[in-house]
Amino acid sequence: MRVGLVCPYAWEVPGGVREHVSGLAEALMDLGHEVSVIAPADEDADVPPYVVPAGRAVPVPYNGSVARLSFGFLSASRVRRWLKDGDFDVLHVHEPAAPSLSLLACWVADGPIVATMHAAMPRSRALHAAQPILASALEKISGRIAVAEAARSTLVEHLGGDAVLIPNGINVSKFEKAEPLPGFPGTGGTLGFLGRMDEPRKGLDILLEAFSLLAPERPGLRLLVAGRGDPDEALAQVRPDCRDRVVLLGQVSDADRVRMLHSVDVFCAPNTGGESFGYVLVEAMASGAPIVASDIDAFRQVLRGGAAGELFETGSPEALAAAAGRLLDDPAHRAALAAAASAAVREFDWSVVARDVVRVYQAVAPAAGRVAVAL
Amino acid sequence: MTPMTSIIVIAVLAVIAVYISWRAGRLDRLHARVEAARFALDAALVRRSSIALELAASGLLDPATSLLLAGAAHDARSAESARELPESDLTRALRAVFSQPDFRALLAVREGAEELLTELESASHQVFLARKFYNDAVAATQAARRRWLARLLRLAGRAPCPEFFEIDDSLAPAGETGGPTADLPHLTS
Repeated sequence: MRVGLVCPYAWEVPGGVREHVSGLAEALMDLGHEVSVIAPADEDADVPPYVVPAGRAVPVPYNGSVARLSFGFLSASRVRRWLKDGDFDVLHVHEPAAPSLSLLACWVADGPIVATMHAAMPRSRALHAAQPILASALEKISGRIAVAEAARSTLVEHLGGDAVLIPNGINVSKFEKAEPLPGFPGTGGTLGFLGRMDEPRKGLDILLEAFSLLAPERPGLRLLVAGRGDPDEALAQVRPDCRDRVVLLGQVSDADRVRMLHSVDVFCAPNTGGESFGYVLVEAMASGAPIVASDIDAFRQVLRGGAAGELFETGSPEALAAAAGRLLDDPAHRAALAAAASAAVREFDWSVVARDVVRVYQAVAPAAGRVAVAL
Repeated sequence: MTPMTSIIVIAVLAVIAVYISWRAGRLDRLHARVEAARFALDAALVRRSSIALELAASGLLDPATSLLLAGAAHDARSAESARELPESDLTRALRAVFSQPDFRALLAVREGAEELLTELESASHQVFLARKFYNDAVAATQAARRRWLARLLRLAGRAPCPEFFEIDDSLAPAGETGGPTADLPHLTS
């Protein structure tokens, strides 16, 4: 199939939607489809050959922060030209409710259009104000996909209609092999945490308390933490005599993130909520790390009800300490969990996820003909 | 006390009383000026967001620009406390919209566009002016309230101390500053 993908956010800026679009584009090409992506980017920007730049993105206040978007008649005419040149079987727009290229593409195109909703949008009243503007463009979409339950309920509540749930993919092979960080995991055992230190819902404080419970009895035990936040504030929550065994890496590069996941004996995800999917878990699973995670809905689903990782009572440092302690003492069980995780994570690999997306294309395309330029 | 000294004392007291009441009256007038300026500023802000919403809903713009404008205008109009941030965001959104290349030329061919754009531009000027005059009144009032006599005798009474309204209302596109017309900036040159 000839597939046209539309990314609404600047290609040069790293972000969830952009990662998704490039992951999907590459996976679709691996499956033998022809793919072209249009995204806000400078004409002379360094982009992969399958990306068509739609011109410089403009920074504007959007959804409580500043987003780099493309809008206006000139952007619309660029999308029109791209559609004409592309002669696509299906047009797949991402986040069409953002004021950018995806919405413009819905506006100027006719034919089979698939849309993926990514974010849960809390600004329901503003969306309501813009309803008439959105409606005429969004009603052209014939197949809707949501990456998570939260995105789906936003859609149902604000815009009406339903969507099929297809999770975000990851590139499992990028996580499978990596050199552990120097000196890790070591012989005394290492616990790991990945995420913002200052975001309470990530639950680092629960892990720090659990570490303070475990560390006195296990003189070699260490804790490896990767993520943004104030190091002093984090360390203050650990028993004073164990603080030198907490290693704070700060924010790390993508490559170091994978190395970090290969440096731990037990990966801990003590999140107390707010996760619609469980990205960190999926990455840890792909890296073959044994996992202990809170028993929240998103995590239970990803970990197959506990078969691919231990679940503990959400919010309880004692339960986390007990579960992590049991795993540290049982290498055989750790290996078994890691193997189960590696098998379970295959369903989140782009090669699998992209096939589900193609099924949506196939369901939509034959009835609607080819993508044409409207107006 | 001789009758002469009593007359002098009474006269001095009378002068002081007149002075104090004059100062209190002046403070009162300043507060009234702040209130009037605030009223004008609120009206200008509401007018600006209303016209922005009207433009967004007019069908003259592409849907992405419309949505951007509608979101910013809606946020500005519905903010109750902490209005500065959403109003600044509306200014930034307007600036981004109006500084698209050939924005006015592309819209000129559409019926009713010129009127709306001119109206929006004038509403933005009104915000700029109203805020300038309001902050001016606030500065004068704050200075008068800070004088020792006003503080000692609490001449301002229970009137709350007015605060500055600080927003980004500069309409020159980013990167262009000042110039002789800086006080009356235009959305498009």
